[in-house]
Order: sequence, then structure tokens, then C-alpha cells
Amino acid sequence: MSLLAIDRLDARYGLLQAVRKVTFAMEPGEIVALVGANGAGKSTLLRAIAGAHPLAGGRIAFDGEDVSQTRAYTRVARGIALVPEGRRLFPEMTVEENLQVAMRVGRRGYWTFETVFQLFPFLRERRRAIASNLSGGERQAAAIGRALMTNPRLVLLDEVSLGLAPVAIEGLYRNMKALQQGGATLLLVEQELTRAMSVATRVMCMLEGRIVLDRPAGDVTRQQVIDAYFGLRRAGGHA
Amino acid sequence: MERNAVSAAATSGTGAILNGAGLFKSFGALKVLDNVDFAVSAGEAVGIVGPNGAGKTTLLSVLAGGLPASAGTVVFKGRDVSAVGSTGRSRMGLAKTHQVPRPFGGMTVFENVLVAATQAGGHKGQRAYRACVDSLELCGMGSVANRRAESLGLLDRKRLELARALATDPAIVLLDEIGGGLTDEETVQLVATIGEMRRRGMAIVWIEHIVHVLLQVVERLVCMVQGRIIANGDPKLVMADPAVVEAYFGSAPA
Repeated sequence: MSLLAIDRLDARYGLLQAVRKVTFAMEPGEIVALVGANGAGKSTLLRAIAGAHPLAGGRIAFDGEDVSQTRAYTRVARGIALVPEGRRLFPEMTVEENLQVAMRVGRRGYWTFETVFQLFPFLRERRRAIASNLSGGERQAAAIGRALMTNPRLVLLDEVSLGLAPVAIEGLYRNMKALQQGGATLLLVEQELTRAMSVATRVMCMLEGRIVLDRPAGDVTRQQVIDAYFGLRRAGGHA
Repeated sequence: MERNAVSAAATSGTGAILNGAGLFKSFGALKVLDNVDFAVSAGEAVGIVGPNGAGKTTLLSVLAGGLPASAGTVVFKGRDVSAVGSTGRSRMGLAKTHQVPRPFGGMTVFENVLVAATQAGGHKGQRAYRACVDSLELCGMGSVANRRAESLGLLDRKRLELARALATDPAIVLLDEIGGGLTDEETVQLVATIGEMRRRGMAIVWIEHIVHVLLQVVERLVCMVQGRIIANGDPKLVMADPAVVEAYFGSAPA
């Protein structure tokens, strides 16, 4: 059974239909890289899956259960974690407190303070720092750590490498593979194509609210992704 | 050959209808335009692409007079308009549409367009009315002319944005992402409208993320990255330029 099954999902911002009849499924252990231009609907799609944006139509099933109408915190408890664009930490809390909030959903597993600090050693030194005093890279790491502390089965990562130092990004991507081997399924928005395609098992491209390309990473060229991104040739999608 | 000649004139700025030279714009410490030279020939259609934050919208605002440049000059129809505000430039024939349409609420579509024709275009009486009817027809809005503007959906708001620009009877129209959020069919209509604008001799500068739509209309493409123009020329060549691809997607694998 698919871990995530999206069926004809619509999402709107007022007059603008940001996501249009999007349908796809994800199997456990997949790493899907989602690419697309500004305004293509990537972030809205991620937010809708996490329950942070209301659906205008369609269904979301997680682990066989319809979660379309469940609240975001219920979805976290079931194992869906979102690392939002722009980090969105609790600004007045320390790093440790931000991570602790995520522990409260009660999903115990591999990810603890200890393993998160192993992943981002610089966060250990900053664990008592107030989130609003962190650098951009530290905030990004803390936001990822916070998501991991819920020991998610599905992690939604929205432009997580933005603002991270190259060495931290490398570490992050190494750990994505480890995360996957540990049983997690990942859906990540990433503009850096080489990096996205090096880690992903599958590549999807959105254009104007629709998925216009959806292919196994080993079966798609960089040029095909670029063409789909700009809408220059519509190949291999299910618009 | 002729097109190359046009592009050459546009690049050097001689014979251009609109010519921005040495444009800088900073917001605090952030340099949004970093020595941009951008010229458009009469009747030419130019597209602007570039990743988020490249400075595209700021460039259009500086050209239209909505924002003052930190340095540099804007020449329109042979006159230095650097110190002329947006209304003055609009009355000279330089129109711009905005990314987020904001019609005047409490007015009908026709009244919205009439405000543009009289206030921004400087037209009076019958001439203003004719400009309104003409622009509404060109934008396919004849049937909604008496609707209140705030009741319009997104497509019609975008059309109204364009109709207001056209009612000023411009020589050049700067379009800021007018195609976003439209369906395929709506996009076809928009491309047809812009095609008709070109046939009437208007020059067009169009920022758009939906590149395949842009390429149906423009004869020259400019790519901006971090406040600079990094590519300028034949649209297909610009889109294939490794520097452009890298700006969007990062470097290719070694």
C-alpha cells in the first residue's frame, strides 16, 4: 500500500488556484524531488499535505487512511512532518525548547536530542540560544531537527538547503540517504538540480499548479527536467 | 538581418524608444539593480526571466517611474525622464501592469478603464471614451464592462489590469507576470491579445515565469540574476545559455 496517496488535490489562495487536480502516490522509502518555477504550487502542495493549508478539493490518504480533514497536529502525530520554507521556529524559545515541542507528539524512535546534535554538531553548542538569535543556517538546521524529533514516516522539506553553508548541505544530503535507509519517506523541494537528482529516487516537476513530469530519477535527464520546468516540452507527466 | 539590426540598436540604446542606462537600485544594504543597461526599440517585444529576487520587478518599476533609481538614467522617446514620476511617464505613453491586480473597488470595469484613460493617459472627452471601448474590446471585456470591478475573478482582474494600461494609448507596455495562474485556454487568449498589441505597433516588455508562453510572443529575451543582466538575445539561445541554466538549477554535474 502507498504511504501517501494524493487524489485530484486542489488548493487555492483566494482567487488563485495554486494546485490543480494533482494526483500522485508515494511508496515507503522513496525520496521524491519536487522542482518547479516560482508560483508553480510546490510549497502549497507540501503545506496541504501537512495540513497547514486547506484543501479546495480532492483527497489525501496517509497509510491508507483519509486525512484530508484532519488537523495539522493530528497529521504530525501520525508521522507527517513539514520543514517549512523560511524555517518558522518559535522565535522566543531556545533551540532545545523548539526541539522539545516536537517531542510532545509522543513519537519516539531513532531521533532524539542526541542524534539530532550528531547530525548538526553546531546546534549542540547553540542549544541554549534563543531561536531569533540564530544565524540563517542554524535556524534551518534547528527546523530540520525539530521535524526529525517527531520521528516522522514522511518528511516534507521545503527548500531546506537555502541559507545553509555548502558543507552543511552536504551533510544534510548524506543524512537524507541515511534517513531513507532508516525507513523514512521524503518529499523535498529543491532548486539545485544536481543535488536533488543525486539523492532522489524520483523527480516530479510542477508547472502552473500541475505535475507535468513524474519519472524515476534514473530514467530522466537533467535536460528533460529543465524543459518541463519551463514548459518547453511536456513529457512524461500526467497533467 | 533586420531583426539583428533592431536588437543591436536596442542593445546600444541608440534609436531605442525606452533606454535605461547604468541603473542602480538599493534597498538598504541590498543591491537589487547593479548597473543594468536595458533598452527597447519601438515595436519590439522583449521578455525578462530570472530566478526569484533577480530584480526584474524592480527594473520595471524604475523604468516606469514607480521607484526612483539610486543611480542611472531613463530616457523615453528621446527625453531624459529620470526625474519624471510615473504619471508623467504614463502620459508620455509608458504603461505598466502590476503583478497583483488592484482594481479600484466601488467602480465598474468601464469606470476603472476611464480613470486610466483620463488620469494616466491624459485623454479627454470622446477620445477617452473611444480609448476605453477599444481597450475593453481588445481585452475581451466588453461583456463585463458594467460589472463592479471587485466582483471580478482572477482572469478578468488580469485583463482589467491590461485594459487600464491600454486605455492610456501607450507606445510601450511593461507587463509584470500577467500570465500567472491562468488556465491553458486563458493563456491562449492572453497571447492573442498581446499579439494584437504588437500588430498595433506597441513595444512590450514582459516578465513571466511561464517561459513557454513568453517564447510565443517575444523576439528577444533577457535573463537577470542578482540585479544584473547575464544574458540578452535570441530567446532560444538565452534559454540554452549555461549561465542561465545554472542560475536556475545550480551547476551541472562535473
